[in-house]
Amino acid sequence: MEDIVNALALFANYVAVPATAYGAQLALGALGVTLIFGILRFANFAHGEMMSFGTMATILVTWGLQDAGIGLGPFPTALLALPVGILAAITMALVVDRTVFRFYRRQRSNPIVFAIVSVGVMFLLAGLVRIIIGPDDQSFADGARFVINAREFKELTGLEEGIAIKQTQIITVVVAGAVVAALFWFLQKTRSGKAMRAYSDDEDLALLSGISPERVVAICWIIAAALAAIAGTLYGLDKTYKPFIFLQILLPIFAATILGGIGQPVGAILGAFIVAFSEVMVTYAFRKFLAYLGPQDWAPDGLVQLLSTDYKFAVSFIILVVVLLIRPTGIIRGKVIV
Amino acid sequence: MSFLSATGMTGGYGAGADIIHDCTITVEAGEIAVVVGPNGAGKSTAMKAVFGMLGLREGKVLLDGEDITQMAPQDRVPKGMGFVPQNRNVFVSLTVEENLEMGAFIRKDDIRETKDQVFSLFPILAEKRNQPAGELSGGQRQQVAVGRALMTRPRLLMLDEPTAGVSPIVMDELFDKILEVAKTGVAILMVEQNARQALEIADHGFVLVQGRNRFTDTGEALLANEEVRRSFLGG
Repeated sequence: MEDIVNALALFANYVAVPATAYGAQLALGALGVTLIFGILRFANFAHGEMMSFGTMATILVTWGLQDAGIGLGPFPTALLALPVGILAAITMALVVDRTVFRFYRRQRSNPIVFAIVSVGVMFLLAGLVRIIIGPDDQSFADGARFVINAREFKELTGLEEGIAIKQTQIITVVVAGAVVAALFWFLQKTRSGKAMRAYSDDEDLALLSGISPERVVAICWIIAAALAAIAGTLYGLDKTYKPFIFLQILLPIFAATILGGIGQPVGAILGAFIVAFSEVMVTYAFRKFLAYLGPQDWAPDGLVQLLSTDYKFAVSFIILVVVLLIRPTGIIRGKVIV
Repeated sequence: MSFLSATGMTGGYGAGADIIHDCTITVEAGEIAVVVGPNGAGKSTAMKAVFGMLGLREGKVLLDGEDITQMAPQDRVPKGMGFVPQNRNVFVSLTVEENLEMGAFIRKDDIRETKDQVFSLFPILAEKRNQPAGELSGGQRQQVAVGRALMTRPRLLMLDEPTAGVSPIVMDELFDKILEVAKTGVAILMVEQNARQALEIADHGFVLVQGRNRFTDTGEALLANEEVRRSFLGG
């Protein structure tokens, strides 16, 4: 019996806890992508770099606060700086929309043109980030590291395996939960939120109803940019901030968006957790876990690891390809990328 | 002067050929005007022209005496025009109630009273108010579409084939509701495939052929007209 509990603790420590935090970060990213697709009807490749840009702004302000000796005690100072990061991302998104995307909207360009344009915006933002903060890793997390560490957990429960929960993981899940709740409240209950859903449903009829397209588009960018800044900052706090990671993270985010059903906010969250758990589980070595469950002194010879962690992005890729082949509309029937 | 007076309308889509020629449609407040005619006669096009969805090369559209010929469709809604397109006339992913709320988007005042009026006109919608409109039957969807347009309290309600694809029973029911709406003083302009039934409830009928007015008379007179019956009503 104790072996089973130990196995579960091991699983929780190495799979469930990190995957939940990662899933929450992906969910915030995927929500932004799915909203943009629902309203502007294109796949926004610049979303990853928008996350990076917002995070960079947060980091710069965090450093300033740290130098000034302003902090949040046991909590990371970055939480205090995050609103500035969000504002920076929103400003950037609105400026890009005004100067770039609006032109193509007026031309009534094909969605594929928008997608390619967003790739250009992606490179532009990536360059800007590297000019401002440089291409290197940046650490900006401070405050207490663990809510509970493995040793404390073991002493507390008397188990052989400990569960360590980082503070950033708790913050990630709590912040993501609050943001998602606020977003759904906005979409379901407010006039502007309903107008966004109506616009996403049928542009022409929304226009006939007096809903202003430019206003809906602006609100959509504001929300997507805010989500991006929050997602990027949480990801950076949980791991570290690496500018190059935001190109790679597009893959799991798009996989989550498409898996869940494009344009479906609930689907984006569902897809994000499926992708996160798949990625972590496929790259986790189950040897010790199985050893606990088997008879005494029994353990498999190999690591029982399906894929090396180097290949974790292959998981998103496989999910993406399989979904597009088998169910292009995603789990919750969404739009199909053209 | 009629409440709606669209006279001498000539035009087509974009730079394409003219579809309607010197076409005139008028509606009085509280009356039902029906546009009928064979397929491809330009019935829907004439209605879209009234609503400003295509550029007119000639002719004028006056609403309550005001010239609105150059006005964009979305600007005509606050002027008192309600339009129910033939297809895609409800937000399928929004609930029935949200559809009505979006219909009233331009209104800043309390919409509850209007919503209650729509619900008492279409009791089934009150029952299904929390269901997504996309899950309703064709006839119920048409009721949502009409209800959505009524939310701005239009003085002119335009319906593009409201009974397309619904059963004869539902069609009769819809026509009854349209009569009820007209009784509240709203002018109604309707394009219909089911010409005979539509003319029965119409105060005025406009028979279009190849984009031109062919017959214009009261509904009753058109139904009694031998030539109209033979050519357009199937005997």
